[in-house]
Amino acid sequence: MTRNVIDYLNRIVTICPEKTAFSDGEVSLTFRQVYDQSRAFASFLHESGIYKKPVVIYMQKSPAEVAAFFGTITAGDYYVPVDDTMPAEKIHMILDNVKSPLILCDDKTLEDARSLETGGARVVLWRDLLDTPVQEEALLDIRAKALDTDPIYIVFTSGSTGTPKGVCACHRSVIDYMEQLTKILGVNENTVFGSQTPLFVDACLKEVYSTLMFGATTYLIPKYLFTAPVPLVEYMNKYKINTVCWVVTALKMISSLGAFEEVTPAYLRTIAFGSEVFPLREFRKWRKACPDADFINLYGPTEATGMCCYYRVDRDFEDGEPIPIGRPFPNREILLFKEDMTLAAPGEEGEICVRGNCLTLGYYNDPVKTKEAFVQNPLNPFYPELIYKTGDIGRMNERGELIFVSRKDYQIKRNGYRIELGEVEANVEKLPDITSAVCIWDNDKNRLVLYYVGNVEERPLKKLLTGKLSDYMIPNRIVRLDKIPQTANGKIDRAGLKKLYLSKRK
Amino acid sequence: MEELLEILEDLHPEVDFETTENLITDGVLDSLDIVTLVSEISENFDIAVSAKYITPANFNSAKAIWNMIETIQNEG
Repeated sequence: MTRNVIDYLNRIVTICPEKTAFSDGEVSLTFRQVYDQSRAFASFLHESGIYKKPVVIYMQKSPAEVAAFFGTITAGDYYVPVDDTMPAEKIHMILDNVKSPLILCDDKTLEDARSLETGGARVVLWRDLLDTPVQEEALLDIRAKALDTDPIYIVFTSGSTGTPKGVCACHRSVIDYMEQLTKILGVNENTVFGSQTPLFVDACLKEVYSTLMFGATTYLIPKYLFTAPVPLVEYMNKYKINTVCWVVTALKMISSLGAFEEVTPAYLRTIAFGSEVFPLREFRKWRKACPDADFINLYGPTEATGMCCYYRVDRDFEDGEPIPIGRPFPNREILLFKEDMTLAAPGEEGEICVRGNCLTLGYYNDPVKTKEAFVQNPLNPFYPELIYKTGDIGRMNERGELIFVSRKDYQIKRNGYRIELGEVEANVEKLPDITSAVCIWDNDKNRLVLYYVGNVEERPLKKLLTGKLSDYMIPNRIVRLDKIPQTANGKIDRAGLKKLYLSKRK
Repeated sequence: MEELLEILEDLHPEVDFETTENLITDGVLDSLDIVTLVSEISENFDIAVSAKYITPANFNSAKAIWNMIETIQNEG
């Protein structure tokens, strides 16, 4: 049984050393190069006396950054990715939390890193370290002492209070995730991933570790291509990309701008999507463009290591019907708890809670928030067993598939009526000229505010909604936006929207 | 051009679009901006911006976008 993710690298480098592992289209690293570079960096960390410590990796999304991740783990440390697009304020909050002894940079980030208040951390440049002689014996010793419960990364996710929370995961949960995910995606040595998500979120685990396990290849697609639908599809065709795991926004960009009238992805066989609801109108365009592809909806919180549920699309959906998030991966269980902490019956709504060794170690250096979200399984008073409370509300449909209903925090009561903001949003989005819609609830003033993007004015939209929504669901205020603010991850930034609203409220 | 600049400034009030180039390659405009921009341009100039026009070269500066609009108008 694999106990250390570096075993994947150690194995694959003996099988296909000269194959391209990671590439951005310009710079590529073979498995041999990833192996060599990661061991040089690990040896540098060892020489510097950095062991069992968080190491901040402040680099552009690149093959080198991936090699730096593996080097950190090889040295018995855990990586903390921060991105060149993050605001300095956020990076400072991360540095305060992890107190890393080292910040690893590339040429692009070096200057910015030097201007940070690093709290005594040393700033070093990746390319300066690649000639470090490999400390063979020391690395073997580190490997021998490693446990599968030791951490390998901390990724920061936004916190409701504004301070980011560092989710810390260990070998065991990542290995368990990879064992299950790669079967579901059908990864093998012929898989060519096109990676869309940034490397500072756990979403990148899918491509990064699957590539190591199977000797696949991952293209880290340049971000600017996600503004250019036709060149993006051409890029995918050029590199024969056959597997993508993207946020829905990225897929929607291609289809909604009409790229399929010019070019279709010729090699795509597996299209996994998640993190957001896929509007059926756009989803259907994708199915038409890639009729032979498998479409898989993935769902999971960062706190349970990547994804933990999947649904392989096997039927058509009616307008307004949600695509299920399906069933849990093997070796994890989804429990739906009602507010009284009893289990929801089929069809009833409950908070989605996750059980299994997919659970991460918790929030780094934050025992209070960890205890709030990682709690003793209420069904088991007999021995310690944690579950993670996602704050998402779900229900089982009549087919036994899990359906995401809403966030726990977005259910409101208005004039005694219970309203899911998601329901209002879905109804607005069904209108032909609406691209997206988000509602926020101002509890103080009892005001439901709708923000939307679309080709219709605010007043006519309100008229359109009368008759589509129950009267008690009609928003008080309707505000048209040029775009819905997003988090770094590409999800809707509801907290940002609420801030915008409060700043304009009289 | 004025109308286009207004659309762009609504999207990113912090950017000086008369002088900034590399809007795409430097990441000033992201995926969602482009979706918004294309729909605004289509509506305001009453043109259909087909996918083949949506390239980094055509969106890298206000001037490039304007040239694209004129090209599409002349086509129609």
